[in-house]
Amino acid sequence: MLSIVREILELLERDSSLSHDTIATMLGLPVEEVSARITEWESSGVIRRYKAVVNWEAVDDAIAREKVVAFIDVSVAPARGVGFDDVALRISRFDEVTSVHLVSGGHDLRCTVVGRDIRAVSDFVSQRLSTIDRVMSTATHFVLKTHKRDGDVFAEPEPDHRLRVTP
Amino acid sequence: MKPLNEVIAACPPSGIRRFFDIAAEMDDVISLGVGEPDFVTPWRIREAGIYALEHGYTTYTSNAGLPALRMLICSDLQQRYSAAYEWDTECLITTGVSEGLDLALRVLLNPGDEVIIPEPCYVAYEPCVAFAGGTTVRVPTRWEDRFTVDVDVVAAAITPRTKAILIGSPANPTGAVQPRETLQALARLAEKHDLYLISDEIYDRLTYNGSHTCLGAIPEARDRTVVLGGFSKAQAMTGWRVGWICAPQAIAELCVRVHQYTMLCAPHVSQLAAVEALTSAETDVSEMVADYDRRRRVFVKGLREIGLECPEPDGAFYAFPSIRSSGLDSETFAERLLKEQGVAVVPGNVFGPSGEGHVRCSYATALPQLETAVDRMAAFLQSL
Repeated sequence: MLSIVREILELLERDSSLSHDTIATMLGLPVEEVSARITEWESSGVIRRYKAVVNWEAVDDAIAREKVVAFIDVSVAPARGVGFDDVALRISRFDEVTSVHLVSGGHDLRCTVVGRDIRAVSDFVSQRLSTIDRVMSTATHFVLKTHKRDGDVFAEPEPDHRLRVTP
Repeated sequence: MKPLNEVIAACPPSGIRRFFDIAAEMDDVISLGVGEPDFVTPWRIREAGIYALEHGYTTYTSNAGLPALRMLICSDLQQRYSAAYEWDTECLITTGVSEGLDLALRVLLNPGDEVIIPEPCYVAYEPCVAFAGGTTVRVPTRWEDRFTVDVDVVAAAITPRTKAILIGSPANPTGAVQPRETLQALARLAEKHDLYLISDEIYDRLTYNGSHTCLGAIPEARDRTVVLGGFSKAQAMTGWRVGWICAPQAIAELCVRVHQYTMLCAPHVSQLAAVEALTSAETDVSEMVADYDRRRRVFVKGLREIGLECPEPDGAFYAFPSIRSSGLDSETFAERLLKEQGVAVVPGNVFGPSGEGHVRCSYATALPQLETAVDRMAAFLQSL
């Protein structure tokens, strides 16, 4: 049995366009309770915002589609009292950076950087990211194709092979 | 030419077929007429099937099926329902419950034996009884009772020729789940009159209010019951054709005997995929069940809001609303709804006379489609 908190949040995580009313019906809860919980999460920051999952590679407009994503592995010299946090936060403040994680392994931070083209991303890494104090080295991996992101597979959906009426 | 087999020739084609033909011709149809999951088989199970093909598991298996699969099924029944079956003498793998039903009836029945079947029920029960040389005695269930079986009505239908009672729970088409007490009373009745019980439990995992009772776990029933189950519904594996029979040794042995000559074995690849399903797909199953439950609530509420009375469907993935308020009979309702609004449902009367006044709607359909279907049904009702 899942907790109600988890069920509501997972439903929204999968489809944030669900109405409070539908969620309440789905889970057999009073709509007031669902609304109260969601409103509370929205104001406390548990729910950050609602957004669409876009498959940019499928956009039928070359100009609009123009977009380059790279994963940047960053090695950082930690400092007493803050570890990697201050550097991670400095990197996070850039709009070009869409994710920053502290990770185990050969590097310390794994970041995602988005730019208009390869040049823009390269410039950002060499001039902005690498020059931050205590950033020791970076390794840039340009994304060539996205197959799956945040649980969404960007392939043709599997067709419904069922017959229309069956026993 | 000489006449063909008269029993088979006398068996009418399924009433569902006609609606399939109409729906197949139309564009923009939302089908609530599908009796199978809208999920594709979970990827880890499909992947196990691919592995099996790659590694050449393309041969026959033993007639009764892979020991590993039979062991898993029996330990699952033990854990989940406290039903005890010996994997090597009391369990065999069939090509779906469809074959299991056919085997059970052929093994249990002699010509002229009667089988009591509460209806509305799955469309294959009655023809399979006839093919096995038996006669069906229908007993009605009422939607006022949420289609639970009235054991007194069953008792009144018993004659010296009665051989077995066939029951499906959770049920296609009603979504009804028979309460444990009802099954216990049926077991006592069977014991008293020395009847066999055939229990179609293909929807066992799909219950939403309380859990499923396996008839084989009821002591009075254990030695006179054939339990039929499979992987089509909860594991979304309809096309793999893999199911099982658990029954006392004497019955299971004869089932294997028919199976070895008519089917030989269930598909090897499917059996290996089923092993994977029982080994590692539990999370997938619970997520699918939770998803059906959410859609069930939204859909049933929607039906009630547009004025269709709908008994709470506790299991499977069907709602069986009453359409009496429309003033139409089931066939007319379903046909006009399909032609005028492009929503395919199955008229309740094809599942037995007690299904008249109802239609079967499958909520194994994407949520936005269910919502649109309810809107279209509302428009249809208003146009009457």
